[in-house]
Amino acid sequence: MSLQIIKSGLLDTIQDQGRYGYQHLGINPGGAMDRFSSQSGNALLGKYLNSPVIEMHFPSPVILFEKETIICITGADFSPTINNKSIPVNQPIAINKNTRLHFEKKLSGACCYLAVLHDLDIDEWLDSYSTNLVAGTGGFNGRALKKRDVLNFKNNFEYKFLEEKDFALLPWRATESLSLKKEVRFIKGNEWDWLTVEAIQKFTESNYKVSNNSNRMGYRLQGNPLQVKEDRQLISSGVTFGTIQLLPDGQLIVLMADHQTTGGYPRIAHVISADLPLLAQCNAGDEIKFVEVEHAVAEQLFIEQQRDLLHMQTASKFKMENLFNAM
Amino acid sequence: MPYIHKMNPDELTISPLGDTALIINFGNKIDEILNSKVLHLYDELKKHALPFIKDIVPAYSSLVIFYDLLILENKKSVNRSYMEIVLAYLKKILAEDIKISVLSSRKIKIPVCYSEKYALDIKDISKERKLSPQQIISLHTAKKYRVYMIGFLPGFAYMGEVDEQIAMPRKAQPRTHVEAGSVGIAGRQTGIYPLDSPGGWQIIGKTPLKLFNKEKDEPVLLQPGDEIEFYSITEDEFTNY
Repeated sequence: MSLQIIKSGLLDTIQDQGRYGYQHLGINPGGAMDRFSSQSGNALLGKYLNSPVIEMHFPSPVILFEKETIICITGADFSPTINNKSIPVNQPIAINKNTRLHFEKKLSGACCYLAVLHDLDIDEWLDSYSTNLVAGTGGFNGRALKKRDVLNFKNNFEYKFLEEKDFALLPWRATESLSLKKEVRFIKGNEWDWLTVEAIQKFTESNYKVSNNSNRMGYRLQGNPLQVKEDRQLISSGVTFGTIQLLPDGQLIVLMADHQTTGGYPRIAHVISADLPLLAQCNAGDEIKFVEVEHAVAEQLFIEQQRDLLHMQTASKFKMENLFNAM
Repeated sequence: MPYIHKMNPDELTISPLGDTALIINFGNKIDEILNSKVLHLYDELKKHALPFIKDIVPAYSSLVIFYDLLILENKKSVNRSYMEIVLAYLKKILAEDIKISVLSSRKIKIPVCYSEKYALDIKDISKERKLSPQQIISLHTAKKYRVYMIGFLPGFAYMGEVDEQIAMPRKAQPRTHVEAGSVGIAGRQTGIYPLDSPGGWQIIGKTPLKLFNKEKDEPVLLQPGDEIEFYSITEDEFTNY
């Protein structure tokens, strides 16, 4: 008894930062779609950044907390409530036992994360807690969460500072959160040169719409179709989270967290790691524009994001310890 | 003595794959020697166990190295990007005198029941290629195949190359459900579905072996570089396997 799913959402899965070291066996990394927000929830709780969290989409689940704990909701804003009272995102919140977390409506974003201070008793498979839905393993029984699932807390520390209150906001919050903007930066891909001059112009100047046919494996884009100089075949080779592939009909797909390990379509570009979170937060119908950056700039932006998360984690850990010591 | 080839750094190209990986390309073709080079570089990199390497993904004729920028931070300087640090390590490894053999490391025999019950497309291939089902089975079991790479699904081995007479394009309309164990053909490749999945390969039989087992320490049966032979079993043998 700790945390129970009262009503399941569209797709609620346990995710961490991915399963690496097994792609040579066709086992993909998976992991959270929005790597920044999934880590920032842990950072605000002072937890290890790679700790597993619950990834939710909208409609979202209703969750009953059977024990007192501290949670943090990050990523998409689905107007969360505790026992029908609004709570903020990007801020740690102490919640009492027998309280219900509910999400009212989709305000912004597509992937919402729930981080919990207690460690969840879930399955580790090949060094990761991420749910691999295709292989049916990892996370919670290798599947999406459903009604009546109970996730137990592994560690048993108990505290009481809420008394009769349902919840209390802790006095710190994220100084920086993801800005949801339309520009997605990219670096040139391995088959960039296959594109015609006109195609390159179209790719960088027109808007692309995220299609309905998008999921954790990939986001399909609708826009100006792109042409290649000549029809060439590519032997299957490695791809990565963010690879923009050109499909035979001239449309694009961006590979997301659950992408296959290899692919045979031309890789015209790669969304930079630092901007993958904002792409992950796009909903079907959202329009994006691609902007090129240099490889070294992409590295720098990503490392700065990671440093920010580490600073947030260190500061929060210190605050959390003070809070517990004061009790 | 097997053929011995040397790794020649001039024959390959190295380029970024996004901002946290490098791809080493040995050529855009399906070739045993190129694939052996890929797998030997894979083994060498594994041996070096560089702490910043997160994952290494060998394919037909290329290899991707995923690296962790945070672990490289103490080596970073103003005039050197993270990628350049990894590149320097890689070039040092490539400069070592690596000799490569095309001998396979493991030989595995795989039982397949080719009876119509499981060989959903054998009749079509038979008509298309003007071969009897028995001839198709003989051609498929006559050759030794190399596992070039694993991809698509956990444990899905891309093997080659089947006899030209039974080479078939993928189905125009992929099936929404192919059962785990199904043996298929696509072009001159042959492969086995490790899990129930949608799929477009032409199905010619089914193996009772488990290609993927999540409970095992080594969840995947076949590895790149393995040498595979298929042998025919009856429906009874399949059921009692």
